Amino acid sequence: MQWRTRQTKVRAVTTKTRRLRSIGSVVLALAVAGGVAACSSGKSTSASAPTTYTVWDPYPQFAAGSAWVNLLAACGKSAGVKVQRTGFDTTALTGKVLLAAQQGNSPDVLIVDNPVVSTLASAGVLTTTAQTGVNTSAILPNLLAAGQLNGKTYGIPIGSNTLALYYNKTVLAKAGIDVASVKDWASLTAALAKAKAAGDHGITFSAIGTEEGSFQFLPWFWGAGGQLTKLDSAPGVSALALWTDWVKKGYAPNSVINDTQTTSWQELATGKYAFGENGTWQLGNAAKAGFPYGIIPIPAPGGGSAPAPLGGEFVTVPVQKDTATYATSEKIVKCLTSAGNSYATDSTLTYIAPTAAVQQEQAAKTPALTVWIAAVQAAKGRTAANLGTRYPVISQQMWTAVQSALTGTKSPQAALAAAQAAAGTKK
Amino acid sequence: MTPAQVRGAGHGAGGTAQAVPPAARSSRRRARRRKDQWAAWAFLLPVTAYLLLFYAYPLYSNIDLSLKNYTVQSFVQGGAPFTGFANYLADFRDPTFVPALEHTLVFTGVSLVFQFAAGMALAVFFARHFRLSGVLRALFLVPWLLPLIVSASTWSWMLDSEAGVINYAAHFIGVGPVNWLTSPHWALASVTIANIWIGIPFNLVILYSGLQAIPGGIHEAAAIDGAGRWQTFWRVTFPLLRPVSAIALLLGLIYTLKVFDIIWIMTRGGPVDASTTFATWSYQLGFGNLLPAFGPAAAVGNLLIVMALAAGLFYLRVQRRSETQ
Repeated sequence: MQWRTRQTKVRAVTTKTRRLRSIGSVVLALAVAGGVAACSSGKSTSASAPTTYTVWDPYPQFAAGSAWVNLLAACGKSAGVKVQRTGFDTTALTGKVLLAAQQGNSPDVLIVDNPVVSTLASAGVLTTTAQTGVNTSAILPNLLAAGQLNGKTYGIPIGSNTLALYYNKTVLAKAGIDVASVKDWASLTAALAKAKAAGDHGITFSAIGTEEGSFQFLPWFWGAGGQLTKLDSAPGVSALALWTDWVKKGYAPNSVINDTQTTSWQELATGKYAFGENGTWQLGNAAKAGFPYGIIPIPAPGGGSAPAPLGGEFVTVPVQKDTATYATSEKIVKCLTSAGNSYATDSTLTYIAPTAAVQQEQAAKTPALTVWIAAVQAAKGRTAANLGTRYPVISQQMWTAVQSALTGTKSPQAALAAAQAAAGTKK
Repeated sequence: MTPAQVRGAGHGAGGTAQAVPPAARSSRRRARRRKDQWAAWAFLLPVTAYLLLFYAYPLYSNIDLSLKNYTVQSFVQGGAPFTGFANYLADFRDPTFVPALEHTLVFTGVSLVFQFAAGMALAVFFARHFRLSGVLRALFLVPWLLPLIVSASTWSWMLDSEAGVINYAAHFIGVGPVNWLTSPHWALASVTIANIWIGIPFNLVILYSGLQAIPGGIHEAAAIDGAGRWQTFWRVTFPLLRPVSAIALLLGLIYTLKVFDIIWIMTRGGPVDASTTFATWSYQLGFGNLLPAFGPAAAVGNLLIVMALAAGLFYLRVQRRSETQ
């Protein structure tokens, strides 16, 4: 009897702990399920009467407290809302935006690299400036063209940049090159030969197998009179032959095939290169490079400046379910691109402003920018001329052709012919 | 609920259980069993939800992506037409397919052989427990501990045609510069070398722990029987390590098939396609272009999964056969 009672007691205790445990597990399971549910219903507030507006930008280098983030907050405040900003790496942003649009979670204002605008527009992700009432009348037409597709405008440039040739004055002096003599391809090639003869390198650029490679090749391609819709025409082939010749003769290092614009800049910064093709955004680094530098526009084969491709971002307003938000988004966009803020923002980003008025202000305050302003005024959008989403396909074939020719796998003619064939068959 | 049931549920009421009639007791037991079952389901729920959410669903979406013709427009707005295996066929016909397949096989095969051989040699070496062996073994783990972006960038600097330290060293022994990363003949070799270096510690750790599990007596017995070092290794150590080796090779295979970061950071799969594997090709299609091609990218990803799965099944079959023997 005594034994039995004790056994029952034990059983009662185990029942109790088991029950507690089962309650615990149910609670845990509910908590997990609840947590998941809470996550999935995360951002739904902005659809109806939002007080928080989301802004995505490709400037992860700017942290909270930076001038850019403060400007966003101030523009939100003046529009009567709170701005929640996220900075993404520019290569990751396209995918993020497409996914967000698929989930109906698009940011209210999106700042995105200009060749992506037409891709996003054709996906139906972006509103037109006519829908939102964003005023683009002050913007230079060649800059605005990068954001236009089928006669509609899908955003407003916040600032622009492009490519030119940086040169190292010390190396040029040592090699006895007068930079004023560098006016066309022949004189540039002659200068590179002199630099090499003096024991330095001629030129560095980026011919990597990504969009950067196409971006860097375009000034030469366009300068020669090449057309993106016909890659293997004689002018385009002559541009690729120029690059191939430089690499073959050692005027440009073999490493350009794998150089990004950043590693190409690092090569120039070693002080052993006469010229480097690079962008407006390197101006800050140029001042720190430790040698006197100058900038000339990229020459066309027969003299004069070649049109360089346009870089820089557009401020866009993605499509929302609740179209009432557009009015506020427009206020934020207007504030970000207004003359006063444009000057400040473009100074932070070392960009050239997209309006003539602010460009004049930049030239007056920083005379060194004059070369860049001229280059931006002559620049062409990669997706312009209504290429739109055909540009990415062409561009990929173009950088592949550049790599084939520079590695010596194919002749410039054969490489571009193959590229044209491949770009033609793919939509 | 009757008071008896409430009490029976056990609020610390010690001697009451025996007073309950048998019928009530069995129903109570049933209730308890049901409760246990509920608990079991509750335990299953989180793991099932986790598996469905993070494994089954992504896999399903990837298959779905690969069977439909997604443009950026239909990706966002839905309504992509079902096209069967068109994306797979497009991949097969792509001029990149054959080189990418060859590179994937060569990269994986060569990496595995050298990683395993070096890992085995080092494991046997360190099993001797000499002075400082612990410190040295720890040093060999460094490649494993470094973030891939750091080690891949370092390799890419070292192998640079112009300023790389490897060409600089080659210059001193009278070898002309090699375009490690920019020559179509060398790019694949360069990324394979870097990947072997990264993979050695993994093989070292697994094989070393396998060696620890072999009783020392067996080696002593072999020595007494007159086996030399070489014979001891090939006839005793190596066969005993077979199960561990199989695991190291299988995991190594799966890890190597999907290596992406090293190749992408060092060469972007280039020049042209010279170092493109399925992993980098899939990324190139899906994210390496301004205009993503999700369908073909997902199809390449699925081919990779099938390759890894085939290797896994092969392993299971070999293991089962060795167990039945």
